[in-house]
Amino acid sequence: MKKQQDELTGFAENIDDLANRLKNALNKLEERKAESPDAPGNQLGNSQQEKQPTPYREKIGKLSGEVVDSNPYSRLMALQRMGIVQDYEKIREKTVAVVGVGGVGSVVAEMLTRCGIGKLILFDYDKVEIANMNRLFYQPNQAGLSKVEAARDTLIHVNPDVEIEVHNFNITTVDNFDTFVQRIRQGSLTNSRVDLVLSCVDNFEARMAVNMACNEENQIWMESGVSENAVSGHIQYIEPGKTACFACVPPLVVASNIDERTLKRDGVCAASLPTTMAVVAGFLVMNTLKYLLNFGEVSHYVGYNALADFFPRESIKPNPFCDDNHCLIRQKEYEARKASETIDLEIQEPEEEPVVHEENEWGIELVDESEPVLSSESPNNSGVAEGLKFAYEPAKKDNVSGDLSPAQAATHDLMQSIKDKLVQEAQKK
Amino acid sequence: MDEATKSSLKAIPLCKTKASPRDGDLWIERLKEEYESIIAAVQNNKNSDRDWFKLESNERGTKWFGKCWYFHNMVKYEFDVEFDIPITYPVTAPEIALPELDGKTAKMYRGGKICLSEHFKPLWARNTPKFGIAHAFALGLGPWMAVEIPDLIEKGLIHPKA
Repeated sequence: MKKQQDELTGFAENIDDLANRLKNALNKLEERKAESPDAPGNQLGNSQQEKQPTPYREKIGKLSGEVVDSNPYSRLMALQRMGIVQDYEKIREKTVAVVGVGGVGSVVAEMLTRCGIGKLILFDYDKVEIANMNRLFYQPNQAGLSKVEAARDTLIHVNPDVEIEVHNFNITTVDNFDTFVQRIRQGSLTNSRVDLVLSCVDNFEARMAVNMACNEENQIWMESGVSENAVSGHIQYIEPGKTACFACVPPLVVASNIDERTLKRDGVCAASLPTTMAVVAGFLVMNTLKYLLNFGEVSHYVGYNALADFFPRESIKPNPFCDDNHCLIRQKEYEARKASETIDLEIQEPEEEPVVHEENEWGIELVDESEPVLSSESPNNSGVAEGLKFAYEPAKKDNVSGDLSPAQAATHDLMQSIKDKLVQEAQKK
Repeated sequence: MDEATKSSLKAIPLCKTKASPRDGDLWIERLKEEYESIIAAVQNNKNSDRDWFKLESNERGTKWFGKCWYFHNMVKYEFDVEFDIPITYPVTAPEIALPELDGKTAKMYRGGKICLSEHFKPLWARNTPKFGIAHAFALGLGPWMAVEIPDLIEKGLIHPKA
């Protein structure tokens, strides 16, 4: 009898408990419904970024390092606990523009989204095609959609905390270029300049357009590329005036050691593999994280030769005779900045603090295995690291050669000013 | 490069001004040079009885459109041709497109932009700013059509317009 009574009370308690939990869950649902973006009065007045899919969770106010299954940031915040990154949460203030969301760019955007980047601005004029299915990210049911919109739909779902702005146009045409430049200048979360531009395009024209914009805007950016035969790739960090811009020297590419004459090109434009693209995307985002969160060493150039699993690293100085006028201006600015600084800027690596982990139970020590960065003295000589080469010979200059004597240079300047005047007069007529 | 392409290329007057549509008056100067070299190229073609394209632009010279044609077994195959002048012009060449052929050949990028040989870009880069639109046609579109059009006809993918 006593036993039965106990069981009954037990049941009653269980039922009460269940009822309470259900009530709580119901309340939570009601709250969510009221807060959801679809609820009246919660509509964002953003005309361009319409029809946002419903996110699977609320936005998170502050990143937590709490190790629970439901925390999407626990493994990222662990970087801080392990002493790799000092302040991981800084990533939420950062804005990155990704130009080209194809095989590399879409994966780059996904990685940054999963890392909790503050804002992404995506540029691409292409549509998703079934022929893209040998790469990562896009799904067959997205065929026909514009790449930027398909990417936004997926990325918002993966991480609702990331703000995503999309532009479905070709940046190289006269009309769109101005918008592109304006978004670099004012696209960040605080309506100021973006933190970084990533070029993930597949053609020289678009790279030159990004280069032109970044030289004019004095914007740090990173270049990436995968070769047309899909077995090599590279990433390159470009700080206008300090490192070679994309127009300073012919593109530096990884030598594939394949005889060009034996490379069959019949009936194909470009080959691609998800592997090479993912490797390059990984390098690019790793370099981006190091740059944005200030840890490790930002690489100036990393190559990838898939056939030999060879990864040359390189650093190229700007060309004082670069064709891009804004590059020359940035070079002068950089020289002036360097001259006015009392400390030598060449020692740019973060101070060699010993890596101290919060916990080091086993007394594990780190050993430096990295090789010193190679630097070529003259960008015009092909004195580049082993396994790299320039894509083609630089253009021959008609009048200016690399080594004019001061007198020759003065004469040249005089001639140029006379020429300029003649042109001006001709235009007046 | 074959001899015919080489000689027709040599006969086209070179441009001088390095300017893009963002360079104001300098672009007007460049545009004049472009038109001069295109007119000369078309005249050369007519003189040698190998007239194969005509071209015009919008007022600012930023968008170009026209026709190009190819004779195969005495039958004329004609196509619309179009391209934009990129803001990086003349450092980068215009991307010439034949939109009607989009999707019909692998040697084409999206939107019908023709896929040029690996020789074109290095040659263009070495000769900037002297090469202009007429050179891009003689060096790029001409040889491309000579290879691709007969192939497309044989595959039955294109037919002469009535």
